[in-house]
Amino acid sequence: MSAAEEIVAEGQAVEAVPKRAMTLGTGTSLVLLAVLLLVPLLVKNFIIFQMTMLLIYGIAVLALNILTGGSGQFSLGQSAFYAIGAYTSAILMEHFDVNYALTLPIAGILCFAVGFLFGQPALRLSGVYLALATFALATAMPQLLKLGFFEKWTGGVQGLVVTKPEAPEAVQSMLTWFQLKMSQDMWLYYFTLVVTVAIYISSVNLLRSRSGRAFMAIRDNEIAASAMGVDVALYKTLAFGVSAGITGVAGGLGAIAVQFVAPDSYTITLAIALFLGMVVGGVGWLPGSIVGSAFIIFVPNLAESISKGLSGAVFGVLLFLVIFLVPHGARQVAMVSQQLIAKLKQR
Amino acid sequence: MTAMLNVKDLRAYYGQVQALHGLNFSLNEGSLTTLLGANGAGKTTTLRAICNMVRSTGAIEFEGKPLASRSTETIVRLGIAHVPQGRGTFTTLTVEENLQLGAITRRDRVGIVADIERMYGYFPVLKQRYTQQAGTLSGGEQQMLAVARALMLRPRLMLLDEPSFGLAPLIVRDLFEILGRINREDKVTILVVEQNAQLALELADQAYVIETGRIVMAGGAKQIANNEDVRKSYLGY
Amino acid sequence: MELFTNQILAGISTGAIYACMALALVMIYQAIDHLNFAQGEMAMFSTFISWQLMQWGVPYWVAFVITLAFSFIAGIAIERILFKPLAKAPILTNVAGFIALYSIINSCAGLIWDFTIKQYPTPFGSSPFLGSQLISTHQAGMIGITLLMLLGLFYFFRYTRIGLAMRAAASVPESARLVGINTSWMIALGWGMAAAIGSVAGMMIAPVVFLEPNMMLGVLIYGFAAAVLGGLTSPFGAVIGGFLVGTFENLVGTYIPGVGNELKLPIALALIITVLVVKPAGLFGRPIVKRV
Repeated sequence: MSAAEEIVAEGQAVEAVPKRAMTLGTGTSLVLLAVLLLVPLLVKNFIIFQMTMLLIYGIAVLALNILTGGSGQFSLGQSAFYAIGAYTSAILMEHFDVNYALTLPIAGILCFAVGFLFGQPALRLSGVYLALATFALATAMPQLLKLGFFEKWTGGVQGLVVTKPEAPEAVQSMLTWFQLKMSQDMWLYYFTLVVTVAIYISSVNLLRSRSGRAFMAIRDNEIAASAMGVDVALYKTLAFGVSAGITGVAGGLGAIAVQFVAPDSYTITLAIALFLGMVVGGVGWLPGSIVGSAFIIFVPNLAESISKGLSGAVFGVLLFLVIFLVPHGARQVAMVSQQLIAKLKQR
Repeated sequence: MTAMLNVKDLRAYYGQVQALHGLNFSLNEGSLTTLLGANGAGKTTTLRAICNMVRSTGAIEFEGKPLASRSTETIVRLGIAHVPQGRGTFTTLTVEENLQLGAITRRDRVGIVADIERMYGYFPVLKQRYTQQAGTLSGGEQQMLAVARALMLRPRLMLLDEPSFGLAPLIVRDLFEILGRINREDKVTILVVEQNAQLALELADQAYVIETGRIVMAGGAKQIANNEDVRKSYLGY
Repeated sequence: MELFTNQILAGISTGAIYACMALALVMIYQAIDHLNFAQGEMAMFSTFISWQLMQWGVPYWVAFVITLAFSFIAGIAIERILFKPLAKAPILTNVAGFIALYSIINSCAGLIWDFTIKQYPTPFGSSPFLGSQLISTHQAGMIGITLLMLLGLFYFFRYTRIGLAMRAAASVPESARLVGINTSWMIALGWGMAAAIGSVAGMMIAPVVFLEPNMMLGVLIYGFAAAVLGGLTSPFGAVIGGFLVGTFENLVGTYIPGVGNELKLPIALALIITVLVVKPAGLFGRPIVKRV
């Protein structure tokens, strides 16, 4: 081993997910899609709302997966980008009467720019230092949103109420043909589902593309990557930008779904939750994002139902259980099941 | 002559991949043995298996004691020093601290201080740099530091993994000369893994050749060096 | 001008809190090469234990020593039971573990002692120190204890065999094993020491910020920032970092208009990050030389 190899051996903080294991098989994906399409037809509106939030947080966790699992950069600041996206949608919808669907690409592009800019000074930081920097961003955001200076737009501490969209005319009239009516929740769910699938597919393609390979080269060994001609600065900031942009879209969807934005909804707690979602889902494994999302939505409620006074402790214990059993997250479960199925097939 | 190290049917695995397929060899006390072979043949794996740094099955006995169930640090405390591939220097610590660490399991303060002086005698450049951060030393100097650190243990068996790697030929000669001295004067049994077969065969008295996880040749070093077929097939010269 | 000097002095005395916390964080970083967010909660819990002992009539310094010992053992126990099984897991999984630990400790403390603020005694009294209006005897005592701990740690790491062994185990664990060091126990020891130092930090800080389960959050963040600013490999840097952060915080609050309590933290953090961009290893950290 030469001196260069010494660095590789000691440096790798984010482990690589092998390329072919990066997504679910076609079969599993189709089954999952079918489930996601059909379940809302059978359940009450509140459950539909929860499923919408499941998808939205899934998108946010996916964004973090691209940043950390893909390019190896830590971020405890995703809540800031989520907040920017949320407020962008809210402000555009409530102050400028922009159609809700249009606010999403705007939120995405705006957050991409912010993320890209943030990525610049972040270039010189890594590991725990980058975590600290992103943490600072996350703690600053609620305070910035409360600033009197912006109150005219942001509604200050009270925030803004967002109008829930109706399904568009065309869809409504089509449904009345079949004597069906689509509730707002259901429409929003399917809208979110379409956005989610689009983002998921684009992200998978991104990670498989040349840029994706550049990200992963940087994650695995930055010095070697730059020695091979990868423009490290460009790709690192790009990763930040893409991740922020996707998180911004999630934030926008979140604002529309919850019908409300307020500074204290986007604290560091959200950033930590998204981080935990990434770990539980399996770092760098995009399909795991939805498992991680489910964890952060449902497990805290579960903890509270087990013990109101000790809900935090119960949550911690449940989290420990998960990481003891599957330290590599849901990806590990998927891999083990795959192996079991393969063994059964051989019989 | 008693066998100091006895290896029987050693199989080693990296995850699902099997790297060693049943090695059998032994080292006599006081011998200087070299383990030769091409890249990826399993030489490093063998040394790591002896120190239980890699998953393995089979029987390894050192001075009659089985090593299989012991942790790396316990094996080291039995008197086996291992200079790993890449040297494993404590780069953030000073040269002198690296040497002190070699003796961290020893209790005799006076002996340790004396030994450090002895190391500076073998490797004067280390004395020059003794307060320097070890990571700032050149490759050759770090290699010498790694060997010196191993010697601070006062080991009875020393394992060296490719000590010549990346070093200039003159430095390698000096290093091998010192290894020879240590073997003869301090009575340290040595097993040295090398890709530079020619130099290793000049230094050693015994040699093993390993290929894809199996020993294909064993014998006296001179024998193997003089055997042209062996040299061409396995050693590349 | 006088306001400026006063603010600097005030900053140094609040900075002692952060210095104390930063020391504990650097301690754990030396041992395990990453930062444990639950450190603050462990310190808080230890402080509550000492408070409880004093409620039961135990005199201050006796309670102090018992708490110190308890924290040391608890730190080792937590590491052996909760984090040794995660030793082979990825770092990010370990970080999730720290977050879980934080949640557990915070919740338990809230249940046992509830969230009302409690007074915590100081052994140093709170009269003005040497007649100065800015530093009380308690704050002077706090600075004194912090410096004492610093000295102790410095001596420990530089001049004792175990200290050297711990540094080696944190630096290159494989090589440490190859010289016969039981790296697993070195990590446990590091946790124990960090917990003990943290408990001292908690007991020093509580008289100032008052005792309640969430008392350490702000301190932890500033302490974290101070440790990073000082350079994570340097206990001395941690202490200086603490004083600097305290001063930054005070100056920012005094001189930048419109900055209330809420924005002090992000601004202080932003300043620290600026320093890091210029000096990535922190002010006193040893930049790690890597030969490529």
